[in-house]
Amino acid sequence: MYGRGLIKGLFVTLKNLVRPPFTVQYPEERLTQHPRFRGQEFAWYEERCTGCASCAKYCPLGIIRIVTEPSTTSVEQGGKYNIETFDIDIGRCMFCGLCVEACPYDALFMGSGFERGKYRRKDLLISVDELRTAAKRPSTWFRPQLERNGYDPHAGVPISWKDVGRENWEWRQEDKAGSRFYKTNTDQQNKVVENSAEEIP
Amino acid sequence: MDSFLENNGMYRGIYCYFSGNEGNAAWCKGLDGILPLGWEWLGYFIAGFTIMLVLVNGALLGAALFVWGERRILGRIHKRRGPNRWGPFGLLQPIADLLKLLIKEDLVPTIADRVVFTLVPVVMLMSLLLSLAVIPFAHNTYLADLNVAVLYFVAVGSLSTIAIFMAGWSSGNKYAIFGAMRSVAMLISYEVPLVMSLVGVVLIAGSMSMVDVVNAQHVPFILVQPLGALIFLLGISAELNRTPFDIMEAESEIIAGYHTEYSGIKFGLIQAAEMAGVLAASAVLATLFLGGWSGPVFSSELGAVWFLLKLTFFAFVFIWIRGTFPRLRIDQIMAFAWKFLLPLAFINLMSTAVEVYFFGFYNASADQLGVITRNELWVMAAINSGIAVVAITLFGRVTRNRMETEPVRLHKFQSAGTVIGVN
Repeated sequence: MYGRGLIKGLFVTLKNLVRPPFTVQYPEERLTQHPRFRGQEFAWYEERCTGCASCAKYCPLGIIRIVTEPSTTSVEQGGKYNIETFDIDIGRCMFCGLCVEACPYDALFMGSGFERGKYRRKDLLISVDELRTAAKRPSTWFRPQLERNGYDPHAGVPISWKDVGRENWEWRQEDKAGSRFYKTNTDQQNKVVENSAEEIP
Repeated sequence: MDSFLENNGMYRGIYCYFSGNEGNAAWCKGLDGILPLGWEWLGYFIAGFTIMLVLVNGALLGAALFVWGERRILGRIHKRRGPNRWGPFGLLQPIADLLKLLIKEDLVPTIADRVVFTLVPVVMLMSLLLSLAVIPFAHNTYLADLNVAVLYFVAVGSLSTIAIFMAGWSSGNKYAIFGAMRSVAMLISYEVPLVMSLVGVVLIAGSMSMVDVVNAQHVPFILVQPLGALIFLLGISAELNRTPFDIMEAESEIIAGYHTEYSGIKFGLIQAAEMAGVLAASAVLATLFLGGWSGPVFSSELGAVWFLLKLTFFAFVFIWIRGTFPRLRIDQIMAFAWKFLLPLAFINLMSTAVEVYFFGFYNASADQLGVITRNELWVMAAINSGIAVVAITLFGRVTRNRMETEPVRLHKFQSAGTVIGVN
């Protein structure tokens, strides 16, 4: 019958009318972010940082600027350099996380926030003082030890450098056990390495 | 002092409070006016002015409320929330919009015809407010009980077409004139089935006065005249530039149509007139097809409540239609008016005329038709519903092929391998 589609369309809109809206009223209501969310406000632990500047080298945009000087006092881990400047210009950051992947000492973590709107561009630069003093709620992205400990940055509890842990070395061994170029100490993995070595003439 | 407002309850109250005395009309008995003798004109003036103030402000306030309601309901149809920031449920949003429009610069294009350009909002608002005069809002509450009220509404309502064309012509903008030309072409087409659909109601009620139509509705005329109600709803939504027929302000094609060049409070007035026009149309629909102020209980005491409920229902239907249907093409709109609505209007008119001839037997001695009773109305409702279903099905089949097929296009790229021009 002519007009059936019109009536069907009217009932579709009527059905939608009585359904609850799915918009979130942002300042009052917030969606929970995933713990691995790569946010702003990088978490940086100075006690871990040796000043190797791997992060600055790996940054595709070149927005991390590090100035170091030889350290006179002994710092607990690392302890080669004093960090004078550690600026991250998040106005140009694309949050790829390569700096966090590059960090060999697990000193740099992605942040978990997303509300860093500023009125001036120069305010978007995170200085070393801010990195030192900020409450550290690191994202669990590329840091599986945090996730294994059950840490959720969005629960709001800051975590100190002693608690964030190091990336588990054994876990990395298991991951790389398939490679015959990588020799390990555990028996099981030695077997794998030996077997594969026999097959190759 | 005699006036056409005499039956209006509000007028009686105010006038008698000021000028009720023994020399006055009989309906002021028992009241002593506070003004001395010879000052009746002041009471008349105050009463008339008050009614005018209530009506005009009520219409504009209703338009503001309608804007809010429309945005909320459209939002919910889109699964959004709509305006909800200022006031409870965002109720003060129209005030924020109005303030914004008031402090905007009021631009007039250099090549515009200044006088006509400025007159447009006035003419639009005037046509709207004039059409409110004949609507009975409650028992004995209306500005004028014209004996040609239905005709008056249609005539005054089409004044807005002139305003739209004035806007398009005086703006000196090609999009404005496009919109105005489309509007005039469309509105003149839709005026025909619109008027024809109202004739059936007038035939059954035996009068063009809205008050008489309400009194004649022992059964709501939407049951007795289903085809007429449908045609009137569609025709009036075309006349009001509502969405399925809003080619004259199609923002994806011509920027805003006839009001492209309008800004500031002129734009606000045009919008207010459009929105209040929807309310006026809903009021006429409620009056002619749903019994107006008469309700199942307390018709004379709570007439305004019943009327507002019915008006809100039809306003919701307008919003619902707007939230559902996409914009039609100009040829689809024209085909719909001339090939679908107009034949249906003729069928409705013919069937109603025959029914009225047989049910309200012509009384030769009194030279008038007899009154149609409630049972006869129910029989008419059954017959007309059947006729409506058959006619819609039939004319839907007749017009379907013409309306639903796309214009024939040349398929230049019929297969992926061949491109025309490369041989």
